[in-house]
Amino acid sequence: MAKVFERPKSLIDIPMHYCPGCTHGIVHRLVAEAMDELNIREKTIGVAPVGCAVFAYDYFNCDMQEAAHGRAPAVAAGIKRVHPDNVVFTYQGDGDLASIGAAEIVHAANRGEKITTVFINNAIYGMTGGQMAPTTLLDQVTATSPYGRKPETEGYPIRVSEMLATLEGAAYIERVSVHDIKHIVRAKKAIRKAFEYQLEGRGFTLVEVLSTCPTNWGMTPAESLKWLQDNMIPYYPLGVKKEAK
Amino acid sequence: MSKVLMKGNEAIAEAAIQAGCRYFFGYPITPQNEIPAYMAKRLPQAGGTFLQAESEVAAINMVYGAAGAGARVMTSSSSPGISLKQEGISYIAGAELPCLIVNIVRGGPGLGGIQPAQSDYFQSVKGGGHGDYHLVVLAPSTIQEMVDLVQEGFDIADQYRNPVMILGDGMLGQMMEPVEFEERKSRRLPPKDWATTGWKGDRPRAVINSLFINPQVLENHVNKIYRKYQEIKANETMAECCNCEDAEIIVSAYGTTARIVKSAMEMAARKGIKVGLIRPITLWPFPTETFQEWAQRDHVKAFLTVEMSMGQMVEDVTLSIGGKKPSHFYGRTGGMVPNPADILAEIEKVRGGNA
Amino acid sequence: MTEQIIIAGFGGQGVMSMGQLLAYAGMLEGKNVSWLPSYGPEMRGGTANCNVIITDDMVASPIVTQASVVIALNKPSLDKFESAVVPGGMLFVNSSLIDRKSVREDIDVFYIPANEIADQLGNPRIANTVVLGAYLAKAEGSISPSSVIEALKKVLGPGKQDLIPLNEEALKRGAEQAAIVLESAH
Repeated sequence: MAKVFERPKSLIDIPMHYCPGCTHGIVHRLVAEAMDELNIREKTIGVAPVGCAVFAYDYFNCDMQEAAHGRAPAVAAGIKRVHPDNVVFTYQGDGDLASIGAAEIVHAANRGEKITTVFINNAIYGMTGGQMAPTTLLDQVTATSPYGRKPETEGYPIRVSEMLATLEGAAYIERVSVHDIKHIVRAKKAIRKAFEYQLEGRGFTLVEVLSTCPTNWGMTPAESLKWLQDNMIPYYPLGVKKEAK
Repeated sequence: MSKVLMKGNEAIAEAAIQAGCRYFFGYPITPQNEIPAYMAKRLPQAGGTFLQAESEVAAINMVYGAAGAGARVMTSSSSPGISLKQEGISYIAGAELPCLIVNIVRGGPGLGGIQPAQSDYFQSVKGGGHGDYHLVVLAPSTIQEMVDLVQEGFDIADQYRNPVMILGDGMLGQMMEPVEFEERKSRRLPPKDWATTGWKGDRPRAVINSLFINPQVLENHVNKIYRKYQEIKANETMAECCNCEDAEIIVSAYGTTARIVKSAMEMAARKGIKVGLIRPITLWPFPTETFQEWAQRDHVKAFLTVEMSMGQMVEDVTLSIGGKKPSHFYGRTGGMVPNPADILAEIEKVRGGNA
Repeated sequence: MTEQIIIAGFGGQGVMSMGQLLAYAGMLEGKNVSWLPSYGPEMRGGTANCNVIITDDMVASPIVTQASVVIALNKPSLDKFESAVVPGGMLFVNSSLIDRKSVREDIDVFYIPANEIADQLGNPRIANTVVLGAYLAKAEGSISPSSVIEALKKVLGPGKQDLIPLNEEALKRGAEQAAIVLESAH
């Protein structure tokens, strides 16, 4: 019987630690599929963040480095400068990338580091137990914004993709979502395109993936997907933010 | 090769290039700015990469990435910048990555000043960052020695997969002396088969990592690192002993201060006072046994440690001599440099007290 | 032989390069040398100085506190370092910019109108070399002027060798001046 569906070769066959309904697993798979399709697994070096995806080095079936919190773009820059012909990607959450690592991502993008960043935006800190992230929506309740995020005291949610798209060094930036099949297919295309841009040496590439965190949002997986669609997409509009010609 | 007159900071950079270092990541800070400037000019000519990072934090993490990718790589900074790098240094030690970190020390705490100091001793040899780890800390006292130790430092780093620090100070960085870059024999070094270079299945998958969530696994990992430290202690400890054979007072000092002590020793000799010097060249591992040996000698009446700090290395000297002889301290700090006459006065004071 | 030299003046007077040249020349003569600059904000517009040690022994401390020679190119430098000269040592004063005499009577003082001589030579920037020439004439063989010229050739590089005759002339004029002032002093 012909196999029509199997685990991507770029993903290791072990159980993941992610919570039920979490979309990290989907995005891991999309990254791995893109690596398989482009046949780049043997020359890819990934950088894992601190956050829920901290164990990503156990899942991606390629050489990996684990970075300090927020520093993945700097680590990736170091790797890429040593191995310019390899494919280097970072996989980072919103706390890692948009809060503690804000300087690193801005300057990696601005220098046009030829790396690809997969940015998981689920509007909350997962690993540490549901604290407010820079991308937490207004009025969203978290462990550290128990009365809801207020702009007067906590500021506004950061639109990372739009911000980075203003930088000359950014070659390709797109925001996608994984709340339904149609959008998952689109997300996969974006990740693949980012890798292609890197292979062509065009500059910095980033795909922001709107994701869910059922555990810390206090919702079922199905409710989470709907909440993402109803609340996140209006504030974080999907689409290509930057595409160097 | 003939001698050239070089600034300490430039000599460090040239020595690194000659040792095969091809990657430098740094951020501007006085008094080490000649190092990145030299690297920015020379590394591209040598087929390498210089990158001015957005911060010291980013720079040390670029070092992490490059070291993990198998490159011979370095960074340099000065005290406040080294404080910023401590997070990355801890990760580098935890992930067992080889690299060279240069600290051209200036006065502190805080923003402090920009004049030479040795007040980063504790930070360098006792940890600096979090967790159980050590750097190998090398303390040159001349520019020639700085050149030699930079090259040796890269080899030590690669041999043991451990970060190595060159601990200089503003004076060593800024001054000029003749140096010779000799054709040197590199150690026989293990292959970097652990580096992330892209995995084709011909070796185990490379994972550069310092996270071990299971406490037993982490303890095993740390124990492994500490077995390595025992080896480093046994093989790499270095100190210079000078005129100790008949000394009544042994002065201990490292780096620039040791040179000033040597001037004080000449003055003491003219007064008929017998003064010896123990100059630790490796601050970690500390030359404990050297101090123990001399502390047992009857002719040695007391030890005097001189530092450009409020007294940091003196703790290791005191621990090493284990109460066998009195341990005294003299220091200037904040960028003030002790002068030979003051050190001589301290020597005479110590001698008087022990006569 | 051990020469412990302090050279001081305004930033831009060539204090640092003059010290480097001396150290370089000493190295070419096979001596042990060190050059230690003051560094930091004081260099911007203020007084810069450097310490040069030239010796047959090893250089212990690179800091000069008891100078055998002080070269003061401006008045603040004279005020600061006049007292650092050891008895019997030498003090070179740029009399073009310093209107007072030294208060020391236990040292040899040489007043060199360096800027005037430099202007006569057609290059105001050569004043430091004029004073250097005066020092070399009085240094009694610690460093020879030919070593300094040799060092200068290396420092200047192939593109600027045309500056060598001017520097040779400046050294010569400085040496002549040192001879004149010593005669008049005795």
